Amino acid sequence: MDITATLVFVGLFLFVTWVGFVAARWRKADLNMLHEWGLGGRRFGTVVTWFLLGGDLYTAYTFIAVPALVYGVGALGFFAIPYTILIYPILYLVFPKLWRIAHAKGHVTAADFVEDRFASKGLGLAIACTGLFATMPYIALQLVGMEVVIGALGFSTEGWLGHMPLIIAFLILAAFTYTSGLRAPALIAIVKDLLIFVTVIAAIVIIPAKLGGYGAIFAAVPPEKLILPKPEPGSLGQYSVYATLALGSALALFLYPHCMTGILSSSSGSVIRRNAGLLSAYSFVLGLIALLGYMAIAAGVGENPAYAFGFETYGPNFAVPALFLDSFSSWFVGVAFAAIAIGALVPAAIMSIACANLYTRSLYKAYLKPHCTDAEEARMAKIVSLVVKVGAVLFILVLPQEYAIQLQLLGGIWIIQLLPAILLGLYTKSFGAGAIMAGWAVGMTSGTWMAATQGFGSSIYPLYVFGFEIPAYAALYSVILNFAVAGLWTLVAPAKPQTQAAST
Amino acid sequence: MSEGTEKTGRRRHWPRLLFAIPFIVVLSVPLYDRLEPELLGIPFFYWFQLSFVLVGAVIVAIVYAFEDKDGREP
Repeated sequence: MDITATLVFVGLFLFVTWVGFVAARWRKADLNMLHEWGLGGRRFGTVVTWFLLGGDLYTAYTFIAVPALVYGVGALGFFAIPYTILIYPILYLVFPKLWRIAHAKGHVTAADFVEDRFASKGLGLAIACTGLFATMPYIALQLVGMEVVIGALGFSTEGWLGHMPLIIAFLILAAFTYTSGLRAPALIAIVKDLLIFVTVIAAIVIIPAKLGGYGAIFAAVPPEKLILPKPEPGSLGQYSVYATLALGSALALFLYPHCMTGILSSSSGSVIRRNAGLLSAYSFVLGLIALLGYMAIAAGVGENPAYAFGFETYGPNFAVPALFLDSFSSWFVGVAFAAIAIGALVPAAIMSIACANLYTRSLYKAYLKPHCTDAEEARMAKIVSLVVKVGAVLFILVLPQEYAIQLQLLGGIWIIQLLPAILLGLYTKSFGAGAIMAGWAVGMTSGTWMAATQGFGSSIYPLYVFGFEIPAYAALYSVILNFAVAGLWTLVAPAKPQTQAAST
Repeated sequence: MSEGTEKTGRRRHWPRLLFAIPFIVVLSVPLYDRLEPELLGIPFFYWFQLSFVLVGAVIVAIVYAFEDKDGREP
């Protein structure tokens, strides 16, 4: 057990806890209003939005899992970089308009927008449920990221005693989310980002220096892993896999409720457009983080007996923690691990708030208590966010980790099914609720089916077109089907012109 | 927004065509799936994509600067 690292880790964690509670007083307002609790009052300017969206996009799971993929599989793991290159044009083009409408009409979630735009509570409910089911495993996986660094500090994470640090962390998270709402993760994201940037800069300078330079690092990687293998004849092979993973993930990202929350909490469309350029800094850092996977190979942490137990317990997810333990002095290990653990808290908080917003608007207010007061609405959201977090913790404690990973895989396929509702809802009047619903249903079932054919172990579906194999991301195939069905439906049964009185 | 402003808005938005560049380049995987030429010991596959992050950022900045000049929300 590394005492120094643990002390630094705990110290930073306590600091961040304090920040979380103090956040309630930041830009003080009535946190008994849902848009204040759940969207920070829509007052976050360029800089705060940058930190908040960064906290959304770059989670603990990202920092552990991306290098783990590069460590285990090689070049394919780098798809995270083209993916993050593509998200910014999408952010720039689509979301300022959505923000404007949401701001004008008081929408708190994507489901609010869809329900209003298509005058259909049922469609709003479908959108909300998709968001909820896609996000919950993602929260659970942040806990996995946290557990890996706690385990790397030398604490056993087996059994109920071993899970105590996690439970304590989540109790803290639950408490300050309840009191401060979105302001808490927004403020903490600033601390988290500073820690992450410091850690990454140290990593890309110190570790290559120790290993003999970048040339030596890449030389240590088996050459067949370094680039994508050329496809076999009669197939697009890894090329289509890589490209569609990037494109599909990029299209899906901002549809996730927690990213939507980050966007809708901005103070203007210009803030969003500015961030579309500024957030690229995170992509660059992500690229460097991905290379940590190769540094781990070059440092030989996989063969080092000191880390054998870690790799046995956590698999390739242990690559980055092992690399840090191997390369940094104790106190800095504490800083680096705190960065990752706090990097789990921030998105977990935002995700649970986003889920709470969805439930409260599209289920509670839409169906259960349409005439609830603002205070009742906010209180319901606070309670739901607690429930969601408890659910995530139980999920990790009780079920094998593979389930969380599989569900998250499916979550990516599910969330992209919101794309037609958002895009078509924003840019054309030709589609009615029926068409969107039909497309959504077909997208959900086909995507889930494609994943099922791969035993839920992979989301790549090998499609055969006239004997030519195009293996690609199931999310992309299913959303294409989604659009196609919506289009066909609209041709057969065109949308009625929107009347003033919204039907329910 | 009335139809009139939509049409003039669209004419102002031609810089957005620049956004096609990241999509086309990034999706053309065979273009960059190679080791040579290296840069500072880093294989082409990696340094090309990393530098394209910066290119993407610059493109967004260009489009933003162009649209912001008009002083109006698109």
